[in-house]
Amino acid sequence: MHRFQHAIPAGLIAFVGLWVCFVSYTQTPAAAFAFPRLISTVFVVLALWTFFKVLRDGAAQDGGFNRQEIVNIAPGLALAVVYVFWGANFFGFYTGTALAFFILLTWYDPADHRQLRSWVMRAIITAGFIAVMYCLFALILNVYTPREIWS
Amino acid sequence: MEFLYYFDDVFTLWAFGMLLLGTIFGLILGATPGLSPTMAVALAIPFTFKMEPAHGLILLGALYTSTVAGGAVSAILLKIPGAPANIATTLDGHAMARNGDGKRALQLSFLASLFGGVAGVLLLIFATPILAKWALVFGPSESFWIAILGVTVIGTLGSNSVIKGLLAGCIGLWISTIGFDDILGTQRFIFHSSLAGGINIIPALIGLFAIPQVISMFAKGRTRDDLEVLSIKPHPLRKAITEVGRRTRALGIGTSVGAIIGLIPGVGGQIAGLVAYDQTRNFSPDREKFGTGHSEGIIAAESANNSMVGPSLVPLLTLSIPGSPTAAVLLGGLIIHGIFPGPNIFRDYPEVVWPFINSMLIGQILMCVFGLMIAGLAANVARVPRAVMAAVVLALAVFGSYSVQLSMDDVFVMLILGAGMYFLARYGYSAAPLVLGLILGPIAEGNFVEGAMIAAAQNGVLPYFFTGTLNLVLIAIVLGSIVYSVWLELKNRNQGRAL
Repeated sequence: MHRFQHAIPAGLIAFVGLWVCFVSYTQTPAAAFAFPRLISTVFVVLALWTFFKVLRDGAAQDGGFNRQEIVNIAPGLALAVVYVFWGANFFGFYTGTALAFFILLTWYDPADHRQLRSWVMRAIITAGFIAVMYCLFALILNVYTPREIWS
Repeated sequence: MEFLYYFDDVFTLWAFGMLLLGTIFGLILGATPGLSPTMAVALAIPFTFKMEPAHGLILLGALYTSTVAGGAVSAILLKIPGAPANIATTLDGHAMARNGDGKRALQLSFLASLFGGVAGVLLLIFATPILAKWALVFGPSESFWIAILGVTVIGTLGSNSVIKGLLAGCIGLWISTIGFDDILGTQRFIFHSSLAGGINIIPALIGLFAIPQVISMFAKGRTRDDLEVLSIKPHPLRKAITEVGRRTRALGIGTSVGAIIGLIPGVGGQIAGLVAYDQTRNFSPDREKFGTGHSEGIIAAESANNSMVGPSLVPLLTLSIPGSPTAAVLLGGLIIHGIFPGPNIFRDYPEVVWPFINSMLIGQILMCVFGLMIAGLAANVARVPRAVMAAVVLALAVFGSYSVQLSMDDVFVMLILGAGMYFLARYGYSAAPLVLGLILGPIAEGNFVEGAMIAAAQNGVLPYFFTGTLNLVLIAIVLGSIVYSVWLELKNRNQGRAL
């Protein structure tokens, strides 16, 4: 990975810090922004310090990602985003969850996908889990969820 | 001795049922690598909404206690600590299990946990009312500095990088200001309609603690964990009890180190276990046996990480400063039930707080009994495939966040905060100070505004916040924790370079 990958989060935080500071000192009434002014001043100082330190130290920083990790994370995270921002409302909570659950299980399951047994196992686990969630949230906790697509 | 009046409340059907449920689930979740105690408590909070506050807190307290103890099961049988607090247990626990004494290691671990846990809760029972009375003298300026102290101590002592820890605390404080200002009703930092009501604490906690665990499971891809669960041969419990009784040095050091560390906000069980292990080895005549399956190592580590649990709630209940990240999540649980910790907590909510504390005492015994009974089963649960675990946690996080206010906005906030936290964590920013900032932000701001109003009628803001013995002591502790952490970081860096 690029030796300056740490600069991206540090830069983003510094940008947020500057924005928070700008908003705090320009918005009115001043009394409502007294506390945000206090914390945003410390925020922006620390954020800029970190950003310039990262630019100076570059690859000497610990942590970060390698390419393989990003490749591994991307499908799961993309699915989670689609499920939360669209699927749960479009398909309904339980149907959307069942679909997302099954796809996640299939994608990250190291079992051989050519075997029928692994597909049956995943379907059983998904059905069992959704049944438990339905009992827990719909029947016991009485949580009203968005309408299901098939109802 | 007021707590004795509320013992009956733990033995009602619902309260005891919650205690039992929390203990058993906590042991299983604790034994599962990748599911931290903090995440377990965060995910359980939505289930407590419809319960009586005391029952909900009993469930959360039981989960907290038993997840820490349950983490020893996978540390011993799989060589994977179920929680960071169990790292030190792995050193001798797994070695003992490898030598064919897995059952003995589990028995020693749960008995030591019981001893340490009971001692810790007794400290909680007797120290909390004293500290609460002492905290009654705190005015807005002292309460403001206490809140800042909570964020800075956990940001500095609990993080690898002081600057990044403090920065995470600032981000948490800023997030807590999003929404309408409480006094003037002014909109602040509302850049999307879903933020108009501010950030709800429960979805935020779920996101910050559960989603990073889900994404870290994604990061491992389609690989298989070939975990070998060591088999357990029978071992008489009587012998284990005698052995724990003989190891008074390990038990004493472990319990006292854990209790002291628990009282210090932000340090946590991981440090407690490691420091107790190290100190017991230093004082032991058999120090060369440590790491080879020596019983003192297990007893010291487990008594320490469980004796930390009770004292970590002392600053939480009296000053609103959590002693550990899990205690911070418990603070969220208290707040959603309308209980605001502080010096008056025993006067205002005795019917909730005492049964909660008493249940933790009973919970220690249940944890030991059930721990010994289901340890083998719990270790097998740890072999649940990572893909299943990730999907289950994601779905629970979504349902839990939604159920708080029946709002998809909360789910969006949960996912965005959680995913953001995972990426920040990979670059050295930790979740604990951010959560502390988020929780303590409203307390700090409320006292800051109140203090500023009082100061305006007196000598001005600066003298009000920067004079007075208590203010100066608190400021000194804030600065001292920062300076000490910077010194520690520089020392570690220089040692790293020397190696």
